[in-house]
Amino acid sequence: MGELVSQETAGSVGDVPERGEPVEMLLNMGPQHPSTHGVFRLVLWVDGEKVIRAEPHIGYLHRGSEKLCEGEQYHQIITLFDRLDYVANFNNELVYCQAVEKLMGLVVPERAEYVRVILCELNRIASHLLFVATMGLDAGAMTPSMFCFRGRERVQTLFEAVSGARMMHNYFRIGGIKEDLPDNFEQLVADLLPLLREDVGESDRLLTFNEIFLARLKDVGVISTEDALDFGLTGPCLRACGIEYDVRKAEPYSIYDRFDFDIPVGLDGDCWDRHYVRVQEMYESLRIIEQALDQMPSGDVASSLGRRLIRPPEGEVYARAENPRGEIGVYLVSDGTDKPHRVKVRPPSFCNLSAIEHMLKDSWIADVVVILGSLDIVLGEVDR
Amino acid sequence: MNFQPDLAPPQLLAISALDFVWIVVGLLVMFTFLSVMVLVQVWLERKVLGRLQRRLGPTRTGPMGLMQPVADAVKLILKEDIIPAESEKAIFWIAPVIVVVSAFMIWVTIPGSPDAVIQNLESLGLFYIIAFAVVGILGLVLAGWGSANKYGTLGGLRAAAQLISYEIPVIMVVIAVAMLAQSMNMKEIVAQQSPYPYVLLQPLGLVVFFIAGLAEVGRTPFDIYLAESEIVGGPFVEYSGAHWSVFFLAEYLNTFAIAALTVLLFFGGWSGPFLSGNWDIIWFFAKVYAVILVIFWIRGTFPRLRIDQLMAFAWKVMVPLSFYTIVITGIYMFYNWPPWTLTLMSVAGLVVVAYIIYRRLTGPANRVAEIRARQEEQRTARQRGREAVAP
Repeated sequence: MGELVSQETAGSVGDVPERGEPVEMLLNMGPQHPSTHGVFRLVLWVDGEKVIRAEPHIGYLHRGSEKLCEGEQYHQIITLFDRLDYVANFNNELVYCQAVEKLMGLVVPERAEYVRVILCELNRIASHLLFVATMGLDAGAMTPSMFCFRGRERVQTLFEAVSGARMMHNYFRIGGIKEDLPDNFEQLVADLLPLLREDVGESDRLLTFNEIFLARLKDVGVISTEDALDFGLTGPCLRACGIEYDVRKAEPYSIYDRFDFDIPVGLDGDCWDRHYVRVQEMYESLRIIEQALDQMPSGDVASSLGRRLIRPPEGEVYARAENPRGEIGVYLVSDGTDKPHRVKVRPPSFCNLSAIEHMLKDSWIADVVVILGSLDIVLGEVDR
Repeated sequence: MNFQPDLAPPQLLAISALDFVWIVVGLLVMFTFLSVMVLVQVWLERKVLGRLQRRLGPTRTGPMGLMQPVADAVKLILKEDIIPAESEKAIFWIAPVIVVVSAFMIWVTIPGSPDAVIQNLESLGLFYIIAFAVVGILGLVLAGWGSANKYGTLGGLRAAAQLISYEIPVIMVVIAVAMLAQSMNMKEIVAQQSPYPYVLLQPLGLVVFFIAGLAEVGRTPFDIYLAESEIVGGPFVEYSGAHWSVFFLAEYLNTFAIAALTVLLFFGGWSGPFLSGNWDIIWFFAKVYAVILVIFWIRGTFPRLRIDQLMAFAWKVMVPLSFYTIVITGIYMFYNWPPWTLTLMSVAGLVVVAYIIYRRLTGPANRVAEIRARQEEQRTARQRGREAVAP
């Protein structure tokens, strides 16, 4: 990845082609562009409407999150993880908490595990709804985005009732969740589910099998199974190639082994498959939440640690989880003090984005935004 | 047959001073009226799209947000008009003017009712409209080139390719209509539709004309040269303030014109029951706004095509269909068959297109069925594995 932002390639940006060479136009897409999903820059060499070569430039949103973690106490880091993938906050909090719990050998209260799973799956739905919305916008359809945002707003309203914040919740705690879960949490979720199913179905019916949408996405941005594995794609991008790999099944964490759900996969590894896998995943998440509501025990949700300062034992740990965007990994080294020695994150968006250069080769300019959109990157996570 | 256009029609060259004054007054009235129509259309679009998307649309400015377009217009005019330092200033200035003037000029000869027309060009009406519709392309290309922006240049070239391609089916279908009516005079065309509007005789012609017309004015799903998410507004990317608003004035005028032409050529223009005399202009506007609502509806539903798909659609589907339209019209007129035979031939063409689209739709759906079947297979295999382990 180092060569993507190296100085040599950046220097060749203004080169004039020699006489007689085919004329390539250099098109700078981003960092200010409506469809780069944040501050992401793509340098495209185009011949008419065809993209000859693409070069991604990242780092515009670099905040040094990993380094910042080294200066914060363990409880304070949760809020930094909220800001990595700012569309799937709960999932990020979960993987960090699990890393520390693994290191300390903590047992999480049963009810807290269920609340965590329900919130994470709701967040997955919210994140995928946002994906469908932006996919539609990238392809030029404006109505699905409005429908999707309505569903996402409902989820966020629930999040606000639970955690007090619509985003950046800072709600999970090491060894549990914050102690103030609303008494009617089950009722809130149960009320939300049918509405959410309707919202998901609505945008699905409007967009997924639309003739023009299919024409725009089918057989566009195809990546072969081998390439997908080589580039380290995970999540829906990998599953679109037909590989049934999902950390929730492959290495069940939390209480995911108690639920019955399927892993939706695609066949061709094109943009439409990546879209459709996500749409189906929303239905699967709804299934998980329904089961979790049925099984949910009563009891305490707060961590046994309380609000004490924690000093995990010396050692290192790697925890991974299935984020909406793919597999997120946290590598954490503790030196026995109240602050971690090192926190390394393997963000799914970053690894998925590494394939963009390969996927954009010989595509159309109009495909660029669709392919980038189908990878569903969050720049907060890519740049960290 | 009245197909020999007078190259120097008397009403264009030999005009008296009084005629001249009337034409100027008429143009001013037309300009004002069309501007109001554009404002109404902007308001309607925002409201209708809002309702389609389960929003309210504008509500704060005036009752039902009626003053929203006025507020928009005032804002746009008061905004700073930025001209990029690198741009070709003269071209940058003249481009919006070309676009909007051609959009206005079309309306000179579009009648709202037998009397509500500035200057009904007797034998040249359709010809004049088609000719001025092409001029706008020049403005878009100039705008893209003159703004010295790569997105703008791409947009301008896309506009040229798209609009010229779709001009052909539009012209062909218009010729078919002129053949049916035996005239290029707009009033005569409407008068010819008195028993049956041409939508009944030529449904295929209507479909081709409407789709190609959408592409002509760059509305969804053919807003490729604007493409907000790809080339960020295309030729308009560097424009701001009043210049930008002029472009959008032209865009709405063109949408209005395409809707009006659809009504005049296929839906019998101002003819309708209950109203007579000059009141029948109400029928005209009712029909025009019905077509405009369909255009908004399409905008709220469809994504955007890609440029190569757009061109393929133009040359592989629209152009052959438009030729087919002419051929069946010719056969019908040569043999003097009863009108329903033309309807039948036209519907046959539509059925063929519908079948092709159906075939294209079932492809991915079959693929999904394949995926589902494979998953089901894997699930049962897992289930069997679990049962094998369980005892």
